[in-house]
Amino acid sequence: MEDLSIKKPVITIRNLYKRFGDNAVLNGFDMDLFEGENLVIMGKSGSGKSVMIKCLIGLEEHDSGTINVMGKDIDDLEAEELDELRTEIGFLFQGSALYDSMSVRENLEFPLRRHTKKFGVIKDAEPLVMEALESVGLAKAIDLMPDELSGGMKRRIALARTLILKPSIILYDEPTTGLDPITSKEIVQLMQKVQQQYKTSSIIITHDVDCARAIANRMILLIDGKNYAEGSFDTLRKNHDPKIQAFFK
Amino acid sequence: MKSILIEIGELSYFAGRFFREVGKRPFEYKEFLRQCYNMGNRSLLLVGITGFIIGLVFTLQSRPTLQEFGAVSWMPSMVGISIIREIGPIITALICAGRIGSGIGAELGSMRVTEQIDAMEVSGTNPFKYLVVTRILATTLMLPILVVLSDAIALYGSYLVENLKGDVSFQLYFNEVFGSLEFGDIIPSTVKSFFFGFAIGVVGCFKGYTCGKGTEGVGRAANAAVVYTSMVLFILDFLAVLVSDIFYDL
Repeated sequence: MEDLSIKKPVITIRNLYKRFGDNAVLNGFDMDLFEGENLVIMGKSGSGKSVMIKCLIGLEEHDSGTINVMGKDIDDLEAEELDELRTEIGFLFQGSALYDSMSVRENLEFPLRRHTKKFGVIKDAEPLVMEALESVGLAKAIDLMPDELSGGMKRRIALARTLILKPSIILYDEPTTGLDPITSKEIVQLMQKVQQQYKTSSIIITHDVDCARAIANRMILLIDGKNYAEGSFDTLRKNHDPKIQAFFK
Repeated sequence: MKSILIEIGELSYFAGRFFREVGKRPFEYKEFLRQCYNMGNRSLLLVGITGFIIGLVFTLQSRPTLQEFGAVSWMPSMVGISIIREIGPIITALICAGRIGSGIGAELGSMRVTEQIDAMEVSGTNPFKYLVVTRILATTLMLPILVVLSDAIALYGSYLVENLKGDVSFQLYFNEVFGSLEFGDIIPSTVKSFFFGFAIGVVGCFKGYTCGKGTEGVGRAANAAVVYTSMVLFILDFLAVLVSDIFYDL
């Protein structure tokens, strides 16, 4: 594993708590994401992984704890500042979340036209749209509608939509769930390519051991809403703790 | 009872949020115009056919009774006042509640469960402004237009029956209709049409935007949008009649 003490954290989470009614989902979760790192977070369904990244981007409000993204505490940000910060964070949703009333082109142009502060007023979005589509290998799909795309294509287009804002951090919520093994492998390779090309830092929420093995620089295992174990894929896999072993079976 | 009160409270808060957001920039002109076009265009045929049939049926059924009393000449006035004051607005609103309200509930509900609303928020767009404000404004503006259209077609339907059965000319029929109408008939019905449109938009958006998880949630949102809107429309209609009666008395 790399020496992380010399790297700068881009996201720091401390003592994060979140509950829905009587159900405590996050119980003092801590995390650091370092620059250029791929951090995989694994946990059982309902262990709070997706809730954690939604808190991170302000889609869910946390009950207590601190979330610092690129030096900014998200609790201190006004709505406009949070929107600006969000241009630095890409989010790949589990179900792709493409706008189904818009074509692929319109899906990609949508965030672009709304961030005039970062990009200025864009008269011709075509080159930027094509660049993003080419980076996921789907330039030909530009005029298709989301319901004409396969599951893997949807995931790629969603990634292109994320990349178009040129974020420095990407959050992947179960990027390979629901895909066949070959498409899953392609998506993982694409994630690696994106990381090298755009020099992004990534948090990857997944159940997929193959995906974790291929992409993780570091892993956090989440049990009952808090960190249970942390380390590289190989370190954790060799650990004899039955609770840790259960993740790799 | 408690859950009904909570629902009313949440709906009121949602409507309040609309008023807070509606004046804020950026204004989503394109989406607003797209919604106006979609709602108006898609409801046009249904509203037109329904209006025409109501005009026909209303006149056909009233004619024998009026004939019995030798009051057939009152037909244009009676039909005109009934359609413009009450039947046109409420029937058009109920049709739009079924067509537009359920459509909004299902569309926003499906966007909620497939995380499209979250994706919009993450991409730095205020989804409430983009999806909700534009739809509520569109229904508020389009419903009165559809009501006027429906009224006109219903009166034309009524004229056709009168022309066939009583040999009444177009000019005579509509002179009688407009001669019997006052501003006190037209203004309250137009004003209440705006409220009906607002109610269709608010309830449809509220049920869709706050939709529960899964496809069941989407179905429930679409269904509840129609049921709740219909109920709200009748309550609003009752209140509108009360208020306009006060003005008549003055």
